[in-house]
Amino acid sequence: MLGNLIHNYEEAVALLLFSIGFVTLLFHRNMIRKLIGMNIMDSGIYLFLASLGYIYDRRAPIVEDGITDPSKYVNPVPASLVLTGIVVSVSVTAVMLALAVRLYERYHTLNLDEIYELSRRRTEHR
Amino acid sequence: MMDFVCNLPFLSVVVFLFAAVVSAVLPPRASRAFTTVVESLVLAFSVAVLIYTAGTGTFFRYNMGHFDAPWSNQLRAGVLEALAATVFSLVLLLSHVGGMRYVRVDIEPKKQNLYCTLLNLVGAALTALSYTNDLFTGYVFLEILTLSSCGILVIRRAGRTTLAAARYMVLNLLGSGLFLLGVCLFYGTTGHLLMEYIKEGVATLDATGEYAVPLTVTIGLVSAGLAIKAGLFPFHTWMPDTYGTATPTSSAVLSGIISKGYIFLLIKIMYRVAGVDTAAMTAARHILYIFGILGIIMGSVWAMQSSYLNRMIAYSSAAQIGYIFVGIGLGGEAGFVAAMFQLMAHALTKPLLFLSGARLTEASGDSPAFSDLQGAAHRRRGAGAAFTVGALSMVGIPSLAGFCVKLNFAAAAVQHGVAADIITLGTLAVSTLLNALYFIRTVIRIYTPSEAKWGVVPVRRDVGLFVSAAGFIAGIVFLGFFPGPVTSLISRGLSMFG
Repeated sequence: MLGNLIHNYEEAVALLLFSIGFVTLLFHRNMIRKLIGMNIMDSGIYLFLASLGYIYDRRAPIVEDGITDPSKYVNPVPASLVLTGIVVSVSVTAVMLALAVRLYERYHTLNLDEIYELSRRRTEHR
Repeated sequence: MMDFVCNLPFLSVVVFLFAAVVSAVLPPRASRAFTTVVESLVLAFSVAVLIYTAGTGTFFRYNMGHFDAPWSNQLRAGVLEALAATVFSLVLLLSHVGGMRYVRVDIEPKKQNLYCTLLNLVGAALTALSYTNDLFTGYVFLEILTLSSCGILVIRRAGRTTLAAARYMVLNLLGSGLFLLGVCLFYGTTGHLLMEYIKEGVATLDATGEYAVPLTVTIGLVSAGLAIKAGLFPFHTWMPDTYGTATPTSSAVLSGIISKGYIFLLIKIMYRVAGVDTAAMTAARHILYIFGILGIIMGSVWAMQSSYLNRMIAYSSAAQIGYIFVGIGLGGEAGFVAAMFQLMAHALTKPLLFLSGARLTEASGDSPAFSDLQGAAHRRRGAGAAFTVGALSMVGIPSLAGFCVKLNFAAAAVQHGVAADIITLGTLAVSTLLNALYFIRTVIRIYTPSEAKWGVVPVRRDVGLFVSAAGFIAGIVFLGFFPGPVTSLISRGLSMFG
């Protein structure tokens, strides 16, 4: 069990990062911290994908020196998935930052509990 | 030689994406008209694909680019995919047309064209989720759907919209994270992203018993992620604020079709990726069933306690989402048919309630409180009648869609032994009673004459709302009178899935 964990240390670290990010996103009350949590969570997934695609002693998947034997190169798909994922998480981060700015302008705090309380007092929920 | 119809699924997505870009640079009025035309066009495309697949009795695949499977990115259209795309584009069109007057009032003039951009993106994401055969493409469009739905919510600067959007986004991002990790694990264990290839891998692993734990974890992650995004109890907390404060078109689109897009993807993954009856999937379905039952009861209880109309309708959405998950949990063909039928019935009923509710609210000094809504149906007769039809369908009066929904669930439950039978039928009975209590109470309230508290409220004709309500009511009555053809289409679609 421990042997497996040490052998697959990259995946283990990736899942640890994912869990840290997940818990931060779920439980922190501060919008910016939530956002950082989301980015850690996504980075965990990208690390997981990258380590999944890497095969020891093989080259990056760009044909060089006329070598066309696919067994000399690593799998390019996980890298492209990571790139797509990064684009997605950048867009989500931008939207969340915009939301945070708007919340701050309206309530002058980034703590969601306080914002909720302020909003309740202003009877905005009708 | 490929028939021309086979291009339509791809064109549906691309036309919406193209329209999203064009709407951003058109003036508001033109962008509204243009978006309406595009939505109608995609509706026509989806109907054509539905007729083609139902007529030929086969599905077809569409390779993106010139690579063949398993390297290509594919779309796949069968009866069920086309049916889902038809319902999504129909409800999008009707909600847009019905809420257009409120969009003009609720949203700043210079942002109204951007609202059309967002609606087009929602359309693109929903059609892509209906047709995609590739899990990662599914993830990308899932995120596009999340971002554009946040946009249509937050574009109205009033009340609690920003806070509601923040809460909505946080839960959605948690769901996306779980889903993405699940997709990566599927890729890691099977080496594929196209659905049928993953399914082959999963079937082999399930038969040999290898990687049983990773497989269970993967299926759990994907199901949990999508259930959170769809707003299954206890992850429905964003619903009342979100649906209560957005402009009526946004509420209608969010409750009617966006949450259904996630559920449709989940059903698709169950059939076409994980296999409905693999051990891990069965366990996941049972858990979803329990939360579905809890959602039905708790959603109804909260709806009953609510003292505002829009929040009541929102809580009732949480209960209705519960129904769909109960169908999924019961499983078997009957269970999934019941779930899909409920998906369609709710997609047609809830937008009608939100749009007519907005009209009633408007005639009551813009207050959604029940005390102010008294007599609203006399001030806005058409909206009162439309709301009554929607409410009666929710309660399950025969000849309306809601009745057939409950009939389907009862039929699915009796095939599953005594325990599931008692729990499901008991929940159906309790839920119907609670639905009747709060919806009939509301209908009585809006028809009870009130002292002329609001004076004479001038009635302005709203042709868009009239057309849209007529469309929704026609859909609800059609499902109520002719459930047979629809359920047979759904079962044909499910058998094409397998």
